[in-house]
Amino acid sequence: MSTKSDVNFSPEDLAAIPQKALLELYTTMLRIRLFEEKIVELYPEQEMKCPVHLCIGQEAIAAGVCRNLKKDDYMVSNHRGHGHGIAKGISMKVLFAEFYGRTTGCSKGKGGSMHIIDTSQGILGTSAIVGGGIPMAVGTGLSSRIKKDKRVSVVFFGDGAFDEGVFYESFNFASLKKLPVVFVCENNFYATNSRQSSRQSSCEIANSARAFGAPGMCVDGNNVVEVYKAADQAVKLARSGGGPSLIEATTYRWKGHVGPDVDYEKGARTEEELIYWMKRCPVKNFEKALREGGIVTGETLDAIPQAIFTELDEALSFAIKSPYPKPEALYEDLYNI
Amino acid sequence: MPWTKIAAERQNITTTDSVNPDVRRGSYRDAILEATRSCMETDENVFVLGEGVDDVGGVFGTTQGLIDIFGPERVIDSPLAENGITGVAMGAALAGMRPLLVHMRVDFLPLSLDQIANHAAKWSYMFGGNASVPLTIRAITGRGWGSAAQHSQSLQAIFAHFPGLKVVMPATPYDAKGLLISSLYDNNPVLYLEHRWLYDMTGPLPAEMYRVPIGKANLIREGKDVTIIAISQMVGMAMEAAEDLGADGIECEVIDLRTIKPLDIELIRSSVQKTGRLVVADTAWKEFGVSAEILALALEDRDTFNALKGPAIRVALPDVPTPASHVLEEVFYHGPEDIISAVKKAVEEA
Repeated sequence: MSTKSDVNFSPEDLAAIPQKALLELYTTMLRIRLFEEKIVELYPEQEMKCPVHLCIGQEAIAAGVCRNLKKDDYMVSNHRGHGHGIAKGISMKVLFAEFYGRTTGCSKGKGGSMHIIDTSQGILGTSAIVGGGIPMAVGTGLSSRIKKDKRVSVVFFGDGAFDEGVFYESFNFASLKKLPVVFVCENNFYATNSRQSSRQSSCEIANSARAFGAPGMCVDGNNVVEVYKAADQAVKLARSGGGPSLIEATTYRWKGHVGPDVDYEKGARTEEELIYWMKRCPVKNFEKALREGGIVTGETLDAIPQAIFTELDEALSFAIKSPYPKPEALYEDLYNI
Repeated sequence: MPWTKIAAERQNITTTDSVNPDVRRGSYRDAILEATRSCMETDENVFVLGEGVDDVGGVFGTTQGLIDIFGPERVIDSPLAENGITGVAMGAALAGMRPLLVHMRVDFLPLSLDQIANHAAKWSYMFGGNASVPLTIRAITGRGWGSAAQHSQSLQAIFAHFPGLKVVMPATPYDAKGLLISSLYDNNPVLYLEHRWLYDMTGPLPAEMYRVPIGKANLIREGKDVTIIAISQMVGMAMEAAEDLGADGIECEVIDLRTIKPLDIELIRSSVQKTGRLVVADTAWKEFGVSAEILALALEDRDTFNALKGPAIRVALPDVPTPASHVLEEVFYHGPEDIISAVKKAVEEA
């Protein structure tokens, strides 16, 4: 892992981005963080009866990319998709309701935590088959090309998906047809417990884009400003007809592959590695930069968590008070009329 | 159009055809091309994607000339990347398009099984009906001339096994057109499986847009002694067999299944209840196939079970891959004579 040890924000960058955008980037990251931490807190109750793949430590990528998207831009994501959904605009209410298996969930209790959707926000679904969502974003991009609707499609996937053949098939087609697609690879260096270096020959994901005649950028995925800038460039290129880009954002997942626990205790990864990456926390480091740089007042920053806690409480209350699906719902939604 | 009405009333195709010499005729190949062209003209969301769809051969003529009419934006040649391209088509469908994905061979479908079975089939249900995938996938089954094991498969059973997919297999030009139009306007993924040997078959082919409903089998010959349920290429053979058997005094009822999934359970059961004998002729392997499902449907229903006079018989492929040598092909494949033998056996054993 060649990522630099500090998360630094250049004063020029911070000055160049409107304060409103910076505040939103921070708020989105914190909303994701606190949402995931709420799951960690409640999961042991065993009332959320579905596997949860948490993205704590990776929030900057979802926030930085989605801040560049419009509401009707398309997004496809994967099993670790809570953060992407929140950043793209899905409500916490329908997420929690889904995790609690309720009929008011975003997928009426049929998807669970791995399958979230909100078509009104351009979120077209998340696949729990590694790499499975990638070609779909190319397809929505193809639709935008045919309809000339100027929408951009974004797909989030991990370094594991870079192992899959479908990535190459999809990226080639997107580049061949110059489709408006932004490929975002969240490289957290592990597929479950398997290290990237034990699976990939060069470990240079972003560079692979060159083979397809498209731009690739490798950024610090724990630095929301770097992600935001790279995505800004990629989204603008896509929207102006310049074709796809591949953004590789290096990061680290603090929790195990699935579930609320850390996994160094099981020997899956080392504690030192986790400590190193926790020091590189995308949320805390950015907050520090905003606070110490005098970009956002301490008062404003201090008020944000409370608003999020209220949002979480309301969402949870909505979820828990919602009805379970009726037995006959088992047979509904198989076909779309 | 009389033919539309006639088909809807499930009359005998052969008879109707012979008594209506003025009806417009066309080939199975023309039917597919016409359906595609009509849908593309009517709905700008319909587009064609697949390996070689824009080339001079035009997928055995079924996409020929579309590139000249609709251009490369809507008639899109594809890289040899079946799984990825299936996902691309699915993504376009999620965005409101109605893609027609074309494969020269059914045998290429297993390459795209992940996108078909794990994704397209499940997207509606898995998201509580909040997404729809109006995607039609055409694929062609080959047979003979040494096509061998990887260019001749009939894989309807595996696709019919996945909840969320629809599977159709037209056996006539009329149904080829009507079912393709229905597939393209269906809001769900549909596997449209063709048989190469039917391409030159001609039959009534109305010029207008019309739909043949998905999920409805067609009773094409009435009879009281034996029910033959036939799929795709076997339909014509079943009709031939029925003709011959009629001369021997055995009256066969022939059902062209047309849709594999959802199965027309009602028609299957009512016919077997009437005749008491069941023969199923499938283009695919016997083991774990569609023919097994049809037999099970007969056995699981009290009235149908009670009506059975003897064992049901399946005319389907043996449990080996397709051989190349024409000598072995002859042993491997079935013809009308095998259906005749099966029917005779069904009658004798009853």
